[in-house]
Amino acid sequence: MMAEYSAFSLLANALKGNKDWKPAWRKPDPKASYDVIIIGGGGHGLATAYYLAKEHGITNVAVLEKGWLGSGNVGRNTTAVRSNYLLPANTRFYEHSMKMWEGLSHELNYNVMFSQRGCLNLAHTPAQFDDYARRGNAMRHLGVDAELMTPAQIKRLIPALDFSSDARFPVVGGLMQRRAGTARHDAVAWGYARGADRRGVDIIENCEVTGFLRDGDRVTGVTTSRGDIRAKKVAVAVAGSTGRVMRLAGIETMPIESHVLQAFVTESLKPFIDTVVTFGMGHFYMSQSDKGGLVYGGDIDGYNSYAQRGNLPIVDEVMSEMLALFPGLARVRMLRSWGGVCDMSMDGSPIITTGPLPGMYLNCGWCYGGFKATPASGWTFAWTIAKDEPHDFNAPFTLDRFHRGLVIDDKGQGANPRLH
Amino acid sequence: MLITCPYCGPRDVIEFTYQGDGNRERPDPASQNFEAWNAYVYDRLNPAGDHNEIWQHSGGCRAHLRVVRNTLTHEISSVAFVRGDHGSAARRKAEDKP
Amino acid sequence: MSPRRTDTGGRIDRLKTIRFTFDGVAYTGHAGDTLASALLAKGVTLFGRSFKYHRPRGLLTAGVEEPNALVTVLKGEVREPNIPATMVEIHDGLVAISQNRFPSLAWDVNAVNQLGGKILSAGFYYKTFMGPVIGPLKGTRFWMFCEHFIRRAAGLGSAGSAKDPARYERMNAFCDVLVVGSGPAGLMAAKAAADQGARVMLADLEPRFGGSTNWSGETIDGAPAAEWARRTVTQLQGRDNVRLLPRTTVWGYYDNNTLAALERVSDHKEQPAKGEPRHRYWAIRARSVVLATGAFERPLVFPGNDRPGVMLAHAAERYVNEFGVLSGERIALFTNNDSAYRAAVALKKAGAAIVAIADVRSELSAEMRKLATEAEAEVLAGHAVVATEGGKAVSGIKVQRFDMLTGALTGDERSIHADCLLMSGGWSPTIHLASQAGAKAEWNAARQAFLPPKPTQQWPTQQWIGAGAFTGSFSTAEAIAEGRAAGLAAAGGTSTPAALPTVEALPGDPDPAPVFEIRAKGKSFVDFQHDVTAEDVRLAHREGFVSVEHLKRYTTLGMATDQGKSSNVPGLAIMAEALSKPIPEVGTTRFRPPFAPVSIGSLAAERFGDLKPERLTPMHDWHLANGATMYSAGLWYRPMIYGLSGETIEQAYVREAKATRESAGIVDVSTLGKIAVQGPDAATFLDRVYTNMFSTLAVGKARYGLMLREDGFAFDDGTTWRLGEQDFLMTTTTANAGKVMQHLEYFLDVIWPELKVHVTSVTDEWAGAAIGGPKARQILAACVTDTAVDNATLPFMGIVRGEIAGVPVMICRLSFSGEMAFEVYSGAGHGTHVWEALIETGKPFGLVTYGLEALGTMRIEKGHVTGAEIDGRTTARDLHLDWMLSKKKPFIGSAMMDREGLIASDRLELVGLIALDNRPLNGGAHIVEALDEANPHGSIGHITACCYSPALGKHIALALVEGGKARHGTRAHVSDPLRNRFGPVEIVSNHFYDPEGTRMHG
Repeated sequence: MMAEYSAFSLLANALKGNKDWKPAWRKPDPKASYDVIIIGGGGHGLATAYYLAKEHGITNVAVLEKGWLGSGNVGRNTTAVRSNYLLPANTRFYEHSMKMWEGLSHELNYNVMFSQRGCLNLAHTPAQFDDYARRGNAMRHLGVDAELMTPAQIKRLIPALDFSSDARFPVVGGLMQRRAGTARHDAVAWGYARGADRRGVDIIENCEVTGFLRDGDRVTGVTTSRGDIRAKKVAVAVAGSTGRVMRLAGIETMPIESHVLQAFVTESLKPFIDTVVTFGMGHFYMSQSDKGGLVYGGDIDGYNSYAQRGNLPIVDEVMSEMLALFPGLARVRMLRSWGGVCDMSMDGSPIITTGPLPGMYLNCGWCYGGFKATPASGWTFAWTIAKDEPHDFNAPFTLDRFHRGLVIDDKGQGANPRLH
Repeated sequence: MLITCPYCGPRDVIEFTYQGDGNRERPDPASQNFEAWNAYVYDRLNPAGDHNEIWQHSGGCRAHLRVVRNTLTHEISSVAFVRGDHGSAARRKAEDKP
Repeated sequence: MSPRRTDTGGRIDRLKTIRFTFDGVAYTGHAGDTLASALLAKGVTLFGRSFKYHRPRGLLTAGVEEPNALVTVLKGEVREPNIPATMVEIHDGLVAISQNRFPSLAWDVNAVNQLGGKILSAGFYYKTFMGPVIGPLKGTRFWMFCEHFIRRAAGLGSAGSAKDPARYERMNAFCDVLVVGSGPAGLMAAKAAADQGARVMLADLEPRFGGSTNWSGETIDGAPAAEWARRTVTQLQGRDNVRLLPRTTVWGYYDNNTLAALERVSDHKEQPAKGEPRHRYWAIRARSVVLATGAFERPLVFPGNDRPGVMLAHAAERYVNEFGVLSGERIALFTNNDSAYRAAVALKKAGAAIVAIADVRSELSAEMRKLATEAEAEVLAGHAVVATEGGKAVSGIKVQRFDMLTGALTGDERSIHADCLLMSGGWSPTIHLASQAGAKAEWNAARQAFLPPKPTQQWPTQQWIGAGAFTGSFSTAEAIAEGRAAGLAAAGGTSTPAALPTVEALPGDPDPAPVFEIRAKGKSFVDFQHDVTAEDVRLAHREGFVSVEHLKRYTTLGMATDQGKSSNVPGLAIMAEALSKPIPEVGTTRFRPPFAPVSIGSLAAERFGDLKPERLTPMHDWHLANGATMYSAGLWYRPMIYGLSGETIEQAYVREAKATRESAGIVDVSTLGKIAVQGPDAATFLDRVYTNMFSTLAVGKARYGLMLREDGFAFDDGTTWRLGEQDFLMTTTTANAGKVMQHLEYFLDVIWPELKVHVTSVTDEWAGAAIGGPKARQILAACVTDTAVDNATLPFMGIVRGEIAGVPVMICRLSFSGEMAFEVYSGAGHGTHVWEALIETGKPFGLVTYGLEALGTMRIEKGHVTGAEIDGRTTARDLHLDWMLSKKKPFIGSAMMDREGLIASDRLELVGLIALDNRPLNGGAHIVEALDEANPHGSIGHITACCYSPALGKHIALALVEGGKARHGTRAHVSDPLRNRFGPVEIVSNHFYDPEGTRMHG
């Protein structure tokens, strides 16, 4: 049994020269069969394994990860956690996630550093302010916190914003969700991995799924770079690679395009902004990490890509928008950029469902909002796998909703994934 | 990324607008085959490898181009006017009609 | 004060004195100095504090890889944090301050963190600060309380909020060969390529070209290497086909050989020259690229290796040979390879005493022993440094006998008095750009380094050729040969060249001993800035964070501002040893852009302070001159109201709307999207694009049209005018003009190439004025010539051409306001002329100008939809526009518009609302059946637009409400908890005013 983490265990171990710490999770070889196989050792896959074990007592579970655990988008995002959506299906789901975040460090006995420093959407025209009011009121009517802020309040909160008279897009107000914030992204993967492992789940890294074992239509297991593994249920949680994995199961088309999203961080700075802030006249969001780096990003590059690398136009665009808000940052330096591959769905909302084949369960289509969804995604997916039907929270996120016209289109962009 | 527009020459990707999967077949306008319509509007091949896709040279000649581009390496293996392939063929067909 | 300036040598100009301040203290240096060399020459050894433990730190390096000596450069209020002192060229008036210390660099209270060393081990924060599960600090509160202090202790320099007054610019450049790095390999490559006639660009991040020739002390073609480099540069300078870019860091390698570079144009000057930017961002498209980026020297990992005064061997060599600064008087060296011996000789020559060379290797070549003798140094073969002594500067070292194979330390420790310790742990080729270009590095056991891969393993869209130390060829002679070959190949040259320059260099084996760490008691640093110790790496191993990415993320190794340029390989080596695996099996990190940090200003370039264009209508200046309050709508500026003095916004728009309904009003509608749709198949095309028929529209008539998206949802609306059999003028909403244009082009080019139709955006060619009201026709009649405007000539939706004040105009009788109204279009250049003529004519009729607010008010009264209702989620039916869905023809969206989700009974439908409490409503307020102010819930819809209606004398709104039409005549409530506005409303039809349209038809 692994030790609980606490200030006491830290001290006790420090006195022994930190020699007694044990691996955060085991490194087992795969067994021949499991009750459930989860493909994808990212945040969602690991959370699913954790809740299968904890909530449903299903512990004979393997999580198969092609590379190193958490190598996908859980380790590549800009760490924002919020539930400030417009449409009820999204708001309910993300608010469930938010509530889980609020207790997650204790739940996992792992400090995921969820810091509720708020998320502020800046409005730059009265019409946009009304739009945000619509969204904020939608949230309030579902019991989610939201408030409008005046320019004076915003100036007090973020003095570095451009409030000069010649600002191209002056700040006329904002929508604030105080309970929103940021978390330490890697810690979420590690915390769930450790939690799942402690409940008996096998986490198997460097194990690439190369095909599906089938009995007729039914999925009965997977072939992998480490041998065949059978399972009663096979769950797919590989956002970014959904197309590739589903193709292995003979499913050629999906309501998804894979796009690359770049993210950026500056060198470490003393505290500069306290909240997550978003720009209303473009696509830009920024927060500051505990280490002091400004973490920020913008739009996807805008074309299908699995390359985890972006190109310059978006770099230039994001930096230009950054300086339109914060003209004092011109001399601050961008330290690192990286790319992640996003499942851009046809309405900007995810898919968490049984099927599409018997014995298969699918979790995908997170666009670039997957990180904040991690707890609820794992929780509802575990429910769906265990009970063979969705929970109320994920019932709207079906795969057939597109064809049926039951889209959940928060941005109102229609079937154009690059615009969501 | 550079796309070699057959009309304008090699240009930076910033001049182009992505119009997505070029494999999609739009059903006959009067068709009531909803499966075909749904597939056209919502379903994508999204391959990891060569991808047949449409780009508009929106910051240039505004022509639509059929581009074959590798989604793993971003290597572009061919670019042609969309009208140049089935477009001109369709037009010829239309013109052939009395 | 042991470091000092030498009397001769180096790139500095001892006759030119430069004055600057550091932490408020005035110093002098010489032209050519960096902040690091100038301060070092004055005996400054303490430059910064580390990130976690706030340990005192000095210079580790002399270049871009510096992890310790970070400063903030101040220009008045404007701050530039985290700049390595090694990269700051001093100039008169330079003001720099140290960072991450309080109250001062010498006395930093946060240094207390060192006492918690063992507790603050790698990843400690994941294991604690979670707080209680109950009570006032439950949930996230305890963590946020702790975080408050952690955030203040973390971070390095501070950013400012004052706007940077500097200018930044971007250049797009094209060349045949881009050479990155100007050492011997880069210079030879540039010269060889230029000789072939290729257009060459040569970039180096240092101010002076030449790379290692500036400090190697070697001889090329009989001259000092630096002089050879200077001559070569002079030759290149004189050529038309070569562009030299000093102070230029090539930081990004993107698709299709697109490289991004940052040129620091004027940072080294007191004032930029006229027109000079601070930084210039180069986007370079190179046919081929030569990477000659050299190599970084690695530190050794041993206790006390971070004390100020411990420096890389080649850095000391650079300081003495390039800047004329001796880093100490009694210098000791610690090495696992031959390159340090050259430094010893150079420093000895410059006047330092070399007290000892500790070499982990027990067998040394005769050549190295000879060099040690030349340096008059005691050679301690088979020894290792196990500690350094001193406070904020090295005062001595301890050495012990060391067995390279077992790592065992034996025998007694011996203390050696020294004021500077130089270390060399071998060299890592600077493969960052190649790695960005997709190349996977290969471990070379002999060099103990990751080398760039063979060209066959490169990505297809990025093609480069390597040369010199970048490829692991560390000698100057090899660099020269490889450089020329690379330059030739890059330029596509084949000629057999003449003899290569000859090099005289000190001997040396390029292969180091495979020793990275000396395991002795005390903190041994791997990543200096982030305070990652060898023990932290082993702790990560113990806890299972063994893959290279986990190691990085768990310990923060390599995540500091230097991005692990010196620490990555030692960190991997320690992990490999813990795993008992060879280094390459631990993995390599893929480097990502940028190679070195890049100013955000340079990336925004000309868009800094000018993010997006401003779109102005032809009558913009008139509006400003006539009291309009402007409203920013997307990129456009439009009049919101023309307020009279003392009027509120509401008073102004109510007056404007009222006057329009009573007499006449005029509004600028030039922002509407306008698309000329022309060609034999134009009518057919419009039938397919719009839900309603256009082929049946008579020439000289206009029709309101609705477009859907392919998925069946509403897309855009507007009127389209048939100007001729094959000539239509389509108008779109202001916001969707670009999208509609793209939509039309897509269908014409991709879906229906057989249609002979041409579309042209003409938004900017036309000025538009809408004039409406009971007297509108009289006003037109009074100023329009060449045509009548009576009901027979110009019926509802009719179009005529005429003249106003001598200018041709096109007039269409259509109405958004609900009044008898006309849109008058003229050439954009004549817009103001026509506008003024209309206003002049209208004066006696009581014509008013009105803005967006009054326009909105009148459209709400009429129940017309705009983008607030056509929001991408509504259908034609939701907006009661189903009468426009033709059943006679298919159109875009027709096949998809009847799916179950689009016809569900609980969809939001357009309705009108009347406030029953006679108070203003708010856009974005929600609608509920039963009010619950304390706990709002049960939203059935929301307000899309609202106003005070002068026509009705009531506060009204348009709203989208579940099952809206069925609720007409019922009561509901607005629920707006965000603005604390609650109250009863009546749900009515969206057509509030003159639903029969008698006024506009009249």
